[in-house]
Amino acid sequence: MLTRLLSGDFPRSRVLTALLVGILVALALAPFIFPGTRSLNVAAKVAVFVLLVASYDLLLGYTGIVSFAHTMFFGIGGYGVGIAMAKMGTGWGALALGIGAALALSLGIALAIGLLSLRVRAIFFAMITLAVAAFFQILASQLSPITGGEDGLTFRLPELLRDRLVSYYVVFGVALALFLVLLRVVNSPFGRVLLSIRENEFRSEALGYRVVTYRTVANCLAALGATVAGILYAIWLRYTGPDTTLSFNIMIDILLMVVIGGMGTMYGSVLGATIFVLAQNYLRDLMKLASDALAGVPLLPNLLHPDRWLLWLGVLFILCVYYFPTGIVGKLRAPR
Amino acid sequence: MKTRIKTDWLPLALVPVIALAALPLVGSLPTWVTLTVAGLAMGMMIFMMASGLTLVFGLMDVMNFAHGIFISVGAYGAATVLTRMTRQMEAGSLASDLSAMIPAVLAAVALAGFLGWFFERVLIRPVYGDHLKQILITMGGLIVFEQLIHVVWGPDMIPLPRPSAITGSFILGEAAIERYRVLAVIVGLAVFAAMWLLLNRTRIGLLVRAGVENPEMVESLGYRIKRLFVGVFVAGSGLAGLGGAMWGMYQEQVTAQMGMQVLVVIFIVVIIGGLGSVGGCFVGAMLVGLLANYTGYLAPKLALGSNILLMVLVLLWRPRGLFPIGKA
Repeated sequence: MLTRLLSGDFPRSRVLTALLVGILVALALAPFIFPGTRSLNVAAKVAVFVLLVASYDLLLGYTGIVSFAHTMFFGIGGYGVGIAMAKMGTGWGALALGIGAALALSLGIALAIGLLSLRVRAIFFAMITLAVAAFFQILASQLSPITGGEDGLTFRLPELLRDRLVSYYVVFGVALALFLVLLRVVNSPFGRVLLSIRENEFRSEALGYRVVTYRTVANCLAALGATVAGILYAIWLRYTGPDTTLSFNIMIDILLMVVIGGMGTMYGSVLGATIFVLAQNYLRDLMKLASDALAGVPLLPNLLHPDRWLLWLGVLFILCVYYFPTGIVGKLRAPR
Repeated sequence: MKTRIKTDWLPLALVPVIALAALPLVGSLPTWVTLTVAGLAMGMMIFMMASGLTLVFGLMDVMNFAHGIFISVGAYGAATVLTRMTRQMEAGSLASDLSAMIPAVLAAVALAGFLGWFFERVLIRPVYGDHLKQILITMGGLIVFEQLIHVVWGPDMIPLPRPSAITGSFILGEAAIERYRVLAVIVGLAVFAAMWLLLNRTRIGLLVRAGVENPEMVESLGYRIKRLFVGVFVAGSGLAGLGGAMWGMYQEQVTAQMGMQVLVVIFIVVIIGGLGSVGGCFVGAMLVGLLANYTGYLAPKLALGSNILLMVLVLLWRPRGLFPIGKA
């Protein structure tokens, strides 16, 4: 049963297992263990970002391609729900239509980008996706009659989803289910081909696998994952705006989570997202204490200023790329 | 024996063709002149910022996603110097303006160049040849140094004053032309000419061009290609700093994110020109600059998307950019 559920890909480390079970239990019981609004928000954000980061890991860690358009798909999901709910009323039909349209649009764009630019080198793909994502961000802020511009859209959901408990468990349940699906994908024969493409594109092609096709499918799957994450986030926040979905800062956050958690290990996305979101919400309080304690020293308080928390995660990121390419999970799994 | 390489005129002709095609659309000649000068000035500034990136890519096969940091740092460097020189800047004569601007620009270039040296040495050197890690490492560098800019210069945007003699505009015929834009065009042309001479008429340029074509061969002939790499990287970063200072003065304000915001346009220019090609980068920058200004006047809603549209069209015509370089 468990083997099937995890697709035979066990954490393979006691500490890692303990951490994962801990996170799972904490998320599953979050509304009862941490009743405050802030902590429930943190828990929902962790669930959404686990899915978002896991789908990105499928691209970066398993297929070895860097895309900067992941937030674009995240945003399409959010705006799909947002626009449908804000313009078409709060019925289930509108919600379904918004979700369907978002998924279809993401699939179409991912397919187009993939077929056009995945034939060429990784760098080219990264640059093209960056340009397309920037264009999309501009589009969202320009078409303010539809998207609400910089202010975004605040909307109401169908009656049932207005309940915090229900919507939390929808977010958590869908994220968990799709995480297991992604785990299934990377451990399937298809996932093995992706790994072989990451290791040696030329040989995979020589073995008879069409690299472009596999990469494009991976790109589409990742895009759909990100879109669902966007949908869930919109359902949780009941708001969609450029800063919560499309901003380049979120892309940087995703990169940090994937790399620190561990590229090419689905479980890394769980750890990465949890650590990052916790750091985002609680590290600042800690840094404020340190910064205040050092108030007299020149420059040091600035380095430890609560708004500079990203600096330290950036340093950690660089160290991870150099010394632990498989991140925390790789470190935990390594035989001693 | 000297072999002449046939010059590829078609993409070069694109710039005047677009400029002339815009004339009947814009309608009035003075407006067109103003727009064209603005477009060329913008293109020159973009070229200054983009040329280093494309040269570094051509020579070392490194795409630096943190290039925007050099732009921001250059702008901050210039702002730091200029805000301390208010006396010279308000004097109103060109000479005193230049006495403030030249140190500011030198500071920008030096600061960005030094940062480039650090970047090459510490961050990029261990990951030559591994594109995935290069992208990740340079992104990491971007995050850290953007935060460090906040640490050093504070989190808020700072105003970058423009010297008095080059603000305002003058009238040529019936067209109003901003002085600063003329200056940007002059500086841009000078940079392009200097780069062209350096690359085509000197021994170092010969080595750089040979290195772009075939680094192993240059190395086996006894030249230290690594030293060449560092030099080109520092020069490219310095140029980005210069471009950043010019861009900051143009916008009259400096933020840590400004480099990242321009970077998207720079990438488009580099892709349009053909990765690694300096001439292509120049043509691409002119095209982007002109088109942005024409569409900004004719169809403001389209202006921001015009770059992407241009890129798609160019790639449909020449999938590897206007002037593709040997390896790609």
